[in-house]
Amino acid sequence: MATVTLENLRKSYGPTEVIHGVDIDIADGEFIVIVGPSGCGKSTLLRMVAGLERVSAGEVRIDGTRVNDVEPMDRNIAMVFQNYALYPHMSVFENMAYGLKIAGTPKPEIAERVSDAARLLQLEDYLGRRPRELSGGQRQRVAMGRAIVRKPAVFLFDEPLSNLDAKLRVQMRLEIKQLQRRLGVTALYVTHDQVEAMTLADRMVVMNAGVADQIGAPLEVYARPQTAFVAGFIGSPPTNFVAAQLLRPGAPDGARLGVRPEHVRVVSPGEGALQARVMYAEPLGAETLVHLKLADDALFTLRQDGTAPVPEEGAEIGLAWDDDAQMLFGPDDRRLQG
Amino acid sequence: MTTPADPLAAEVPPKKPKAQPDGMVEKRGAGLWLTHLGLILGVLFIFFPIWLAFVASTVTQPEIVRPPMPLWPGDRFFENYGKALTSGINAPVALMLFNSAVMALGIALGKIVISLLSAFAIVYFRFPGRRVFFWLIFLTLMLPVEVRIVPTYEVAASFGMLNSYSGLIFPLIASATATFLFRQFFLTVPDELAEAARIDGARPMRFFWDILLPMSRTNIAALFVILFIYGWNQYLWPLLITTDPSMNTIVMGIKQMFPSGDDVADWPVIMATSILAMVPPIIVVISMQRLFIRGLVESEK
Repeated sequence: MATVTLENLRKSYGPTEVIHGVDIDIADGEFIVIVGPSGCGKSTLLRMVAGLERVSAGEVRIDGTRVNDVEPMDRNIAMVFQNYALYPHMSVFENMAYGLKIAGTPKPEIAERVSDAARLLQLEDYLGRRPRELSGGQRQRVAMGRAIVRKPAVFLFDEPLSNLDAKLRVQMRLEIKQLQRRLGVTALYVTHDQVEAMTLADRMVVMNAGVADQIGAPLEVYARPQTAFVAGFIGSPPTNFVAAQLLRPGAPDGARLGVRPEHVRVVSPGEGALQARVMYAEPLGAETLVHLKLADDALFTLRQDGTAPVPEEGAEIGLAWDDDAQMLFGPDDRRLQG
Repeated sequence: MTTPADPLAAEVPPKKPKAQPDGMVEKRGAGLWLTHLGLILGVLFIFFPIWLAFVASTVTQPEIVRPPMPLWPGDRFFENYGKALTSGINAPVALMLFNSAVMALGIALGKIVISLLSAFAIVYFRFPGRRVFFWLIFLTLMLPVEVRIVPTYEVAASFGMLNSYSGLIFPLIASATATFLFRQFFLTVPDELAEAARIDGARPMRFFWDILLPMSRTNIAALFVILFIYGWNQYLWPLLITTDPSMNTIVMGIKQMFPSGDDVADWPVIMATSILAMVPPIIVVISMQRLFIRGLVESEK
């Protein structure tokens, strides 16, 4: 159990900087999810905390101690990899025990800690098996077990669920959350899936092109995105953007207005803020997504309740929303008003 | 799918009920017999010279030289083989077998150890000149023993390694092929495995010993077979480096037994030696076959 602090953390490969100074303060026992599209540097950030990548500039502190030059094994962390990285020639027991064995833990204690972890993860019946004789979900559990038995101060997860099928992913997501709650260990979790981020995180970090665009509680980030990127990335379907001058003649050049699909209402043609033509509707049961085309050929999505009447294809409709639901972003994509 | 517990199961197709003759490759009746006949003829054709050698090693000298040559084994099996093993012609065959075994094992094990370590260095460590070293090793592939034999002989001679096991083994011990093979294998091992081991606290040599080595088991077995036979069959190098008959290896020893000038050849003993020279490689191949095949079947990492 520990705090983790990243201070102006930078990473460059040769002359190319890929992480441009990230500051995050992680409290003891907090579950932080780093989310972003592929190539945004989120995995690199995690690997710098793990000690697998060298820190180019800035500082990583675990429990207040600077660990920039400390080997991964001495950082008191454990990591779960996307492809699990289980040792193929070792049994489940040996996989989980390997770290302890190297640390010179006495055998009875190893056996006890591994069987505790196995009980927690319902792996007791599989301790003698090899990784290749396990299903994806079980391998995932073994990888977590390997992390748990070491009783680390910080858990690092590198997209641990992306190799699982959708159903298992939801189940494992819940298990990871429960496990982290029960053990109270600080966790840093990287994913590209915003649903995972929203459901798991105490606070989430939205990364964009090597910069942490916004750090905050999931609902806070959803409700008050600080940049156009965050508004577009968090929430599904993504936020609609229209040129701000269309609706507010006084707005600066290049400024955009964002409205979430779920905040838009259908009104009669001629009324509302915008006029649009219905292209097609996707009924999903509980909700219906309506894809629209604006006068300037821009696309617009609105989400309405599944029970609401679905507008016909080709119909002209008006779009309206409450003033406090719209978000104004300046030409630099930063949020201008609350 | 075969179960991992028994990879050889793939070799033996399950018996199909006669009622459903499906499957594209299934041959029945005359076709089956013809294929077998062809294969048996092929085996006999290849095996015949070895059979003749075996027959010759069990009869007396006059019986061999008097045409027609006998086609069935005689009654001198124990006598001829006993004579070959204990006294031979220049040196006892038992001694030459031992020399060959030392040389072949030394070369095979030495090559495996050295190439494992150098491949490990090249794949897992970033050091200056890493690529240069790799290409230097790779280049030596183009220089077989025969090309560099004179300078190598010079070096071995000035180190005083003539007529010694070290002289037989060390000049042949570096292997570009094996290094290259292990390098390719190590490159297929996921990086995450090395990283997981690092986080688990394994230092590089520990990772090598605990994880990389067990994972390369089947590759090592396959290479051992190939390299053992390579070492066993060395002819030119032992011929140069050993002048003392007690250091002869068996493959060159057979040639040394041939008569020169007016000597009378003791063909039954020579043939017995040839047969004996074939036995160890066959034992190695058969005993390593299981691991060898598992290396081919087991693709999952």
